Amino acid sequence: MRDVSSVTRSTPVATRPRPKTPSSAAGPLKRYRSSVGRKVVMAVTGAILFLFVITHMLGDLKAFLGREDFNHYSYWLRSVGAPALPHRVFLSSLEAGLVVAVILHIWAAVSLARQARRARPVRYAARPKVHENGYATYVMRYGGVVILLFVIWHLLDLTFGAVNPKGENATPYDKVIADFDPARWYITLFYIVAVILVGLHLRHGLFSAVQTLGWGRQGRYPAIRLVADVTAALVVLGFVAVPVGVTIGVLK
Amino acid sequence: MKLTLKIWRQQNTADKGRMVSYELDDVSPDMSFLEMLDILNERLILEDEDPVAFDHDCREGICGMCSLVIDGTPHGPEKATTTCQLHMRKFKDGDVITIEPWRARAFPVIKDLVVDRTAFDRIIQAGGYISAPTGSAPEAAAIPVPKDDANDAFDAATCIGCGACVAACPNASAMLFTAAKITHLGLLPQGQPERYDRVTAMVDQMDAEGFGGCTNTGECTAVCPKGIPLETISRLNADLLKAYRG
Amino acid sequence: MDELFTEGAPIEDTKAPEGPLEECWDKRRFGGKLVNPANRRKLSVIVVGTGLAGGSAAATLGELGYQVKSFCYQDSPRRAHSIAAQGGINAAKNYRNDGDSIQRLFYDTIKGGDYRSRESNVYRLAQVSVEIIDQCVAQGVPFARDYGGLLDTRSFGGVQVSRTFYARGQTGQQLLLGAYQALERQVAAGTVQMFARHEMLELIVVDGVARGIVARDMVTGEIETHTADAVVLASGGYGNVFFLSTNAKGCNVTATWRAHRKGALFANPCFTQIHPTCIPPSGDHQSKLTLMSESLRNDGRVWVPAKKGDTRKAADIPEDERDYYLERIYPSFGNLVPRDIASRAAKNVCDEGRGVGPGGLGVYLDFADAIARLGRDAVAAKYGNLFEMYERITGEDPFDVPMRIYPAVHYTMGGLWVDYDLQSTIPGLFVIGEANFSDHGANRLGASALMQGLADGYFVLPNTISDYLAKGPFEKIGEDHEAVVEAREAVDSRIEKLLSIDGDRTPDSFHRELGAVMWEYCGMERHEVGLLKAIERIRELREEFWTRVKVPGENEEFNQNLEKAGRIADFFELAELMCIDALHREESCGGHFCTASQTPDGEALRDDERFAYVAAWEYTGGAPVLHKEDLEYENVKMTQRSYK
Repeated sequence: MRDVSSVTRSTPVATRPRPKTPSSAAGPLKRYRSSVGRKVVMAVTGAILFLFVITHMLGDLKAFLGREDFNHYSYWLRSVGAPALPHRVFLSSLEAGLVVAVILHIWAAVSLARQARRARPVRYAARPKVHENGYATYVMRYGGVVILLFVIWHLLDLTFGAVNPKGENATPYDKVIADFDPARWYITLFYIVAVILVGLHLRHGLFSAVQTLGWGRQGRYPAIRLVADVTAALVVLGFVAVPVGVTIGVLK
Repeated sequence: MKLTLKIWRQQNTADKGRMVSYELDDVSPDMSFLEMLDILNERLILEDEDPVAFDHDCREGICGMCSLVIDGTPHGPEKATTTCQLHMRKFKDGDVITIEPWRARAFPVIKDLVVDRTAFDRIIQAGGYISAPTGSAPEAAAIPVPKDDANDAFDAATCIGCGACVAACPNASAMLFTAAKITHLGLLPQGQPERYDRVTAMVDQMDAEGFGGCTNTGECTAVCPKGIPLETISRLNADLLKAYRG
Repeated sequence: MDELFTEGAPIEDTKAPEGPLEECWDKRRFGGKLVNPANRRKLSVIVVGTGLAGGSAAATLGELGYQVKSFCYQDSPRRAHSIAAQGGINAAKNYRNDGDSIQRLFYDTIKGGDYRSRESNVYRLAQVSVEIIDQCVAQGVPFARDYGGLLDTRSFGGVQVSRTFYARGQTGQQLLLGAYQALERQVAAGTVQMFARHEMLELIVVDGVARGIVARDMVTGEIETHTADAVVLASGGYGNVFFLSTNAKGCNVTATWRAHRKGALFANPCFTQIHPTCIPPSGDHQSKLTLMSESLRNDGRVWVPAKKGDTRKAADIPEDERDYYLERIYPSFGNLVPRDIASRAAKNVCDEGRGVGPGGLGVYLDFADAIARLGRDAVAAKYGNLFEMYERITGEDPFDVPMRIYPAVHYTMGGLWVDYDLQSTIPGLFVIGEANFSDHGANRLGASALMQGLADGYFVLPNTISDYLAKGPFEKIGEDHEAVVEAREAVDSRIEKLLSIDGDRTPDSFHRELGAVMWEYCGMERHEVGLLKAIERIRELREEFWTRVKVPGENEEFNQNLEKAGRIADFFELAELMCIDALHREESCGGHFCTASQTPDGEALRDDERFAYVAAWEYTGGAPVLHKEDLEYENVKMTQRSYK
């Protein structure tokens, strides 16, 4: 029973409607311009790119099944839906989707990096000690730039054939074999370094995406980190297998 | 103990500021870090020099006023400890100790090691409360709260608002601070009616104050003197996503 | 003693309505005038301090629609020292069905205060207590809950019922954050204007009525005048007069002392509470003391070496050369005797030269028996976090060596005199929370400080202040009003004086010395010779302060030593009044132990015939004038306590 003292009040003068905030006032898409919104964009596009990376890796590994299988798979990719769909329409749509994802991913990354730079105009004199995963920001930002450069080179190399020793008209399998020839060991090395960077990017990226999408909990973190670490390692191994296989002569 | 202190000196917000070295003899290992600075200041006053300004109040680790970055770590080397509870026995004779203020655009330096943290108050003003006018409260036992929820809410509610999370974050983000309040209020039944408006408004305010965005590195919780868990940030993200989706 | 003070006319509370105690508050609220909601926004109130009392008052007044200006010296209202309270908050909810009631909380509080508080105020406190819990839960304060999801309570401070609500060991923090959030909500709504890093340095009194304050912007040094229709002081206690206390470093008496100098009576200044289980000072560098929960005494045994000057390590002292003095002197209560008795006993053994640790200021609190009896794990489960805190500060692990503890000043029951409406003797000046004297008598019970702060701020003041504000509209006071200019000039000239002395001693060195004098002579035991000596010494020190203090820098900047110096100057004046009050009260009661008034067993002996009154002191500039408010007990019977 409440029998004593409550403050005498009529209409509370102070209770006025909550002011509209930029986000609640903005349209459904503009909301995602908040710092967290951009992280969500990054997580979702990252997830799309991750799925692509996995499929790409599985496709690569077909090289171990032999020249025929590999070339056939490559041809199939370009002819999915035929004859209903014209040649390469399916693949080109996927590629277009990936390009959009990459652009959004980079837009989110660049704008967040710039926001972070603005947020600390004076740096620490003592080098800030890293206690947890602070290096991740460097790995993601600088690593991300290197990965982008690598992807461009990679497209010129194996998709367009512009920088491939065999040129653009060779079969995919031949291009790969020529690319990682033992004499071109430095290309293999560059490729390995790039793939390790992709692995590191995934290692933090997968964890980060789970956290950003709201599924992170104290009890789940060890499992999330383990899955991210193992996935990243598998991706690195999967991608390294073909070039190394070529360089050491297992694939020819 | 003999120590060399390299301290950030800045006359006022407009001043550019610089590091200045001080030698200190006779430091007792039983002194707290702030008592060590007290001794330095007593000497500086008598030498006609300007004493070092630093924020402090309760000196028992709960008010959240003290705020020094010691050798690159907010609140210094001891885990889960505020600067005021850090003791000199954690240092060695002959150590050179660098002392700097929190560094963030949203926390401008007022003088030396003192920064302005009113940005945090404004984030709370944006929605970090439950609208419960005095006198209108229902009987306290009317709504049971599951013990686990109450415990998780409490873990988040222990935030002392010191700003170490911002100081440690490579992006100078205030996410852990904001998320702690979102989580505290969002886990309780009393906090439900305003839950999604609250998260949208607080995140917008956080951005408007000029903090950086979160990149999930976890530096914040590693230096947090109260060990606010990283999952609070994920809970904020979940609530915000839900709010955005409408 | 005649020259130290004079006696003036008695004083009494005229606001509490006649009649049965339980109807008093209802009657008062009904009898008081209300302010029309439309008129509230034309009325302004200044609230100084943002702790539980000030924060909740500013939030509630803002919500009611008054124009509120809130001031705090910290960088944010969330940092006020209420935040450090550990134990809990009492409320007569009787959720445990263990016989608790408003009447019992009232009785326990009066008895705990050693019959030196006012019945009407305390009864209202007990009544309002139940609403505080409702209010805090609605705000989202995460109180401890049981497995059914309902609120958990514990028994605290030696009472027989379980009425203390708690949020782990951080109840004060959680309650304060609740009030802080309510306050920030009003700031966002535009009803409260917040002035953080502002320190009140003077009260503005116009024709005998409080009309504003002079405050210093601690960042720029600007001296600002703020006028309003009423002023509320919620600036906390004055424990820092002892330099070493469990208070925050910034806690000070300046706001209330300045009001006292302008005519507000200061009541029972000598009533200070000393807490027995604090971590002892480790050397001359000590800047403050840290409290550890009293619950440690449930399992720890207190002892000192039997011999004087025994410097052996604790482990090397054989059992028969140890003196478990609490168990020896108080066989039935043993280590669980009340705070003041435990504190005094510790001081006595240390004065005998049997103290342990640096400077011989400490006694052992030994868990060896408890560890042997309950096992290390059980002790760790119960006290683990306290042991960690102790180790962080001292570098010693209580599992290996006994803890060392020593008493420290913790709370001040005295404060500005207020009536039932919490209004001081200056009309328009209200005083709430620890800053007033009202509810705890000569000794405060555990978990009652938080209760009083929130009761005053959320429920009492917002009701009583309307009766005063209903007299409005008040005459507008401009910046150029004679009284405003005068108050401002007084502040300017005091600051100028402090900066111009340019002597050879730091402000802190004076504060330490003053604290040592107060601790020695006006601490746990007071006697005439010592107090007279203290008064003499305080006067000398004050004189020295005003000729030798060195305050670096200037006013127009962030200047922490200027802040300190101003506070210390006021502490000097308060210290003298405390000693005079202690000297005049020739009885022992609650936190005031006068060696001349004790039982043959050395227990505190009250003298109800001569001293059943509140001593309210008037400032004159010379010898203060004593006004007595007689205390009449119609609902409880006065008894003498015994813990043998």
